[in-house]
Amino acid sequence: MSDDIAADAPAAAHDDDHGHVAVDVTTLDAELIEGPSVATADVAEYALWLGDDSLILAQQLGAWISRAPELEEDVALGNVALDLIGHARSLLHYAGTASGRTEDDLAYWRTEPDFRSLHIVEQPNGDFAHTIARQFVVAHYLFELYSRLRASADATLAAIAAKAVKEVDYHRDHSTQWVLRLAQGTDESRRRMITALSDLWPYVEEIFRDDPLIDRLGGVAVRPSSLLPAFDAAIAPVLAEAELEVPRGFVASGGGRTGKHSEHLAFLLAEMQVLTRAHPGASW
Amino acid sequence: MTSTITPDTSATAVISVEEQQFNDLIEADSRIEPRDWMPEGYRKSLVRQISQHAHSEIIGMQPESNWITRAPSLKRKAILIAKVQDEAGHGLYLYSAAQTLGATRDDMTDALIAGKARYSSIFNYPTPSWADMGSIGWLVDGAAICNQVPLCRASYGPYGRAMVRICKEESFHQRQGFEILLELMAGTEEQRQMAQDSVNRWYWPALMMFGPPDDDSPNSAQSMAWKIKRHSNDELRQRFVNMLVPQAAVLGVTLPDPDLHFNEETQQWDLGVIDWTEFHEVLAGRGPNNAQRLQRRRDAHDEGAWVREAAVAYARKQSARTEEMAAS
Repeated sequence: MSDDIAADAPAAAHDDDHGHVAVDVTTLDAELIEGPSVATADVAEYALWLGDDSLILAQQLGAWISRAPELEEDVALGNVALDLIGHARSLLHYAGTASGRTEDDLAYWRTEPDFRSLHIVEQPNGDFAHTIARQFVVAHYLFELYSRLRASADATLAAIAAKAVKEVDYHRDHSTQWVLRLAQGTDESRRRMITALSDLWPYVEEIFRDDPLIDRLGGVAVRPSSLLPAFDAAIAPVLAEAELEVPRGFVASGGGRTGKHSEHLAFLLAEMQVLTRAHPGASW
Repeated sequence: MTSTITPDTSATAVISVEEQQFNDLIEADSRIEPRDWMPEGYRKSLVRQISQHAHSEIIGMQPESNWITRAPSLKRKAILIAKVQDEAGHGLYLYSAAQTLGATRDDMTDALIAGKARYSSIFNYPTPSWADMGSIGWLVDGAAICNQVPLCRASYGPYGRAMVRICKEESFHQRQGFEILLELMAGTEEQRQMAQDSVNRWYWPALMMFGPPDDDSPNSAQSMAWKIKRHSNDELRQRFVNMLVPQAAVLGVTLPDPDLHFNEETQQWDLGVIDWTEFHEVLAGRGPNNAQRLQRRRDAHDEGAWVREAAVAYARKQSARTEEMAAS
């Protein structure tokens, strides 16, 4: 006897306690709106780094919705995209306090060289294996990052990280489960998973590269290179269980943190910004 | 067994004990549950209705997901993703409800992508402008709510309970659509035109969502007798228009029906003549986007086949491994 149909429904959109944004709750968290905190120029630049990574990745994942391999993945990838948009909004809002700009000014009215995103988040969705490989790398990195950023001397960044870390923990699990399934599913899925990892790996090194900005933000920012041992330790057992090897190949030159981007970003921004830019000054 | 067209309890009719129990449950406004006996026609009618509703949610993701990557603010992008994701969730609950009646998700999916199953024709219209995100919420979700609120009391338990949850979310969807239009109507001249143009395109198709007029609706009478459906198409359409008129005034948009007027006698808004030729054209597959919607669903299904196969193969290997470990 089915007493409650919802209990029978797989991966229902609202059964989990993460990721869901009710469509009537759309404001930023109170600590961001009501807090008096104004970011310094360096903190704002750092917030842009992190905010742009989340925004670009969310934009990519949003394109999957209604195209995923199964309905459960439409829901799951949608959840991840929503979480990341939430992080991006918080971080861009905070970054904007330094220059009197809003989250939307930063998302819609900057051009390519002003974006600070890493090349890995700019890589196209590709097939599902490429999207999963990208998620696997980025979610593990973000988990290590936000775990440490919770202790930031900057109270706003610490508060954003404390909320985000719980969500990216789920993203880490979601991508890990899929890496295992694809690597050990069928011959075809294994072949695709190996290809995807090797296509994405050239962009991993940039994530952990330090920058003079980090030296100026001691106690506030997390040094990227310091995350590498934890990242390696976290992914090693998953790759071992999946019988996958860390790809050995070339390393891309990167440069996203200084505004040098992949060829993909301009197309992505053109699509994301097209409507807003057609109506300067309009509110939506 | 005899499955009658209207529950017939007259002394001359020969009906089984089970059927009498079923009729009594319906009569008493109780709920039929998956393991209860039910007439084959009741089961088929429900599978048809619930799977069509599920398919509508799934195809209905497309016209809106069309704007996710171009949403004009981050807030709107987040709301739109949440909304389209809700629709995937509704599809899942509804497929589950249909599964309690013996339908399989594979069969239902196959019927959809083969073009054999119906879904709401409204989703065969295109969304060329951002304002269509507002009109879909306000008009399409609004019409869906009028249709669906009575279904929360549908006689089949799992369907009624799924609908309770769906209706709660749909009411937020309608509100956010109204809010999109409100914001546009308070904006620039171009934004106001965008909103009015969109309302012009969606108003009549939304009214057609209630289905053909009562005297031309073949399945309605039986569904009402079985208490799957509680109100007639025309009743619900009228209720919807009565609700829209004051909301349109708040928005400042014009409803594109020159004959719309208040009838003092009935205290209702009388509407102009609906052009049912268009409805039948779209229903027959000759709408603007029928082919595109099906192709997109089929592509997603086909391109995802290797992923689903991998998941099944992995699960099989995992359970074999667990069994091996248990045996050793």
